[in-house]
Amino acid sequence: MLPYTPYSEILEKIKSGEVSLVARVENFLERIEKKKHLNAFNFIFEDAIEKAREIEAKIHSGSAGKLAGMVIAVKDVLSVKDKPTTCSSNILKNFKAIYTTTAVKKLIEEDAIIIGKTNCDEFAMGSSNENSAFGPVLNPHDNTRVPGGSSGGSAVAVAAGLCDASLGTDTGGSIRQPAAFCGVLGLKPTYGRVSRYGLTAFASSFDSIGPFANTIEDIASVLEVISGHDENDSTSSRLPVPKFSEELTFPKDRSKSSENMKIGIAEEYFGEGLKAEIKDNINQIINWLKNNEFQIVPIHLPHNEYTIAAYYVLTTAEASSNLARYDGTRYGFRAPEASSLIDMYKSSRSQAFGSEVKRRIMLGTYVLSSGYYDAYYRKAQKVRRFIKEDFDKAFNEVDVILTPTSPTTAFKIDEKSSDPLQMYLSDIYTTSANLAGIPGINIPIGKDSSGLPVGMQLLANQFEEEKLLRVSAFIQNNYLRSLK
Amino acid sequence: MSVTRKEVEHIAELARLKFSEEELDNFTEQLNQILAYVQKLNELDTENVEPLSHPVEGVNAFREDKVEGSVPRKEALKNAPAKDDQFFKVPKVIGGET
Repeated sequence: MLPYTPYSEILEKIKSGEVSLVARVENFLERIEKKKHLNAFNFIFEDAIEKAREIEAKIHSGSAGKLAGMVIAVKDVLSVKDKPTTCSSNILKNFKAIYTTTAVKKLIEEDAIIIGKTNCDEFAMGSSNENSAFGPVLNPHDNTRVPGGSSGGSAVAVAAGLCDASLGTDTGGSIRQPAAFCGVLGLKPTYGRVSRYGLTAFASSFDSIGPFANTIEDIASVLEVISGHDENDSTSSRLPVPKFSEELTFPKDRSKSSENMKIGIAEEYFGEGLKAEIKDNINQIINWLKNNEFQIVPIHLPHNEYTIAAYYVLTTAEASSNLARYDGTRYGFRAPEASSLIDMYKSSRSQAFGSEVKRRIMLGTYVLSSGYYDAYYRKAQKVRRFIKEDFDKAFNEVDVILTPTSPTTAFKIDEKSSDPLQMYLSDIYTTSANLAGIPGINIPIGKDSSGLPVGMQLLANQFEEEKLLRVSAFIQNNYLRSLK
Repeated sequence: MSVTRKEVEHIAELARLKFSEEELDNFTEQLNQILAYVQKLNELDTENVEPLSHPVEGVNAFREDKVEGSVPRKEALKNAPAKDDQFFKVPKVIGGET
């Protein structure tokens, strides 16, 4: 899986003239065409070459931004002005954005090149990228398997070398799980670290935008650029943004106990359902970390078994409310034959939403409906507090928590699509971070006997992404490089 | 607690969705399956627990109360499935079904 070159080193070669940015972007476009069968992209931005010319000139004149020439793909739930935003749904098939997502705008301001919009599960609802009006995305390691979801296209775009980095969104694992299935790094920031302005809402108190990349350096430099307060998102944090790209090393004398990092291991994340090979891979890295003077501390997250139940009640409730706006009135698909207003709403929604989206709207409407609100919605909000408090307690004792990212490696296409509950349970290790609003990262740590990527997850307390980055960098530079 | 098919029809009405007979049967079965799983939450005593509605608590965002521009009308109408030069057009509202 390694070595990969951080983009900053490639940029040095562009500066010196050894590498041409225009040729590089042309190569990516050719490669996207060659790998079309993976179905990673909904739309390609042909103006990327033009941008490459402009930015290459800026690089040579010394006036280019921090991410000059970095080629980035963005999930098709993030709006880019005058380009389509479909959320992989027929209901938005002809929609063109009238403004640009803050996170994407910040990338463009630092002279990154946006190469296209990636495929995903419809409205980011799914764990396999099979729920897309553009068809399923294929896993580049085995084309009969899913790439994970919902940000499957963004994970594949990085895994198959179709861009330098990509943006996805994570509501219950939609960055980390596809990153694990595709063997790339994927980071979900703290809730509120990155503005959600321009992100099509699914579950507003859970949604986070974050990067995929092949190196931790690239993850850090993209995260640094997209983070920060935005007046267009009142939930975006006003806390200062650390220089993440400079947070990748430990102090020299890490052996001093005050600088020793404590890594928590929660047995609740290693129970029934976890594939043995994944467990072996994780145990191997735990031992290696122990040998490298990290303190391994057993901890408990006793409410983990309730996360999926709480998650599906709360996110479907938020989704049913957020998706009420798609009614065929102001934008999106309108059923042509509708004769009355109510019929227009019903027919437009019924014809254009896919079945998983309808299932979640139905569940969400039910749990919010009169007579059930307290039994389901309010109950789940109370359990959400327990889950958050589990993490508060754990982070009093440890710096980061290490878990598997997913109980299995990439599963077969169609394997789980007829059983919604089984599909939901594939997010068993990831939804907790969204319930608690904490950051998490997937690190690819090896392959199973079928050659499929295995991922581990690191979690940290709110607004402590730098701890994730530092441990990830240590693993990347010392563990992964020694594997091959 | 289980959901009847009649309730599913009512929920569909609230959600402004319509389904075929077969879909209604399917949804009734699947919603019951999911809700049976969700019952798990009742194993926990949550009496006197404050609901958590937002993961990052205790922050309020204020801004000055001043009038600012909004999306220009032309832009707002750009994606409309039916419009004239000023308004979104919809089927007749008055006198139809409610």
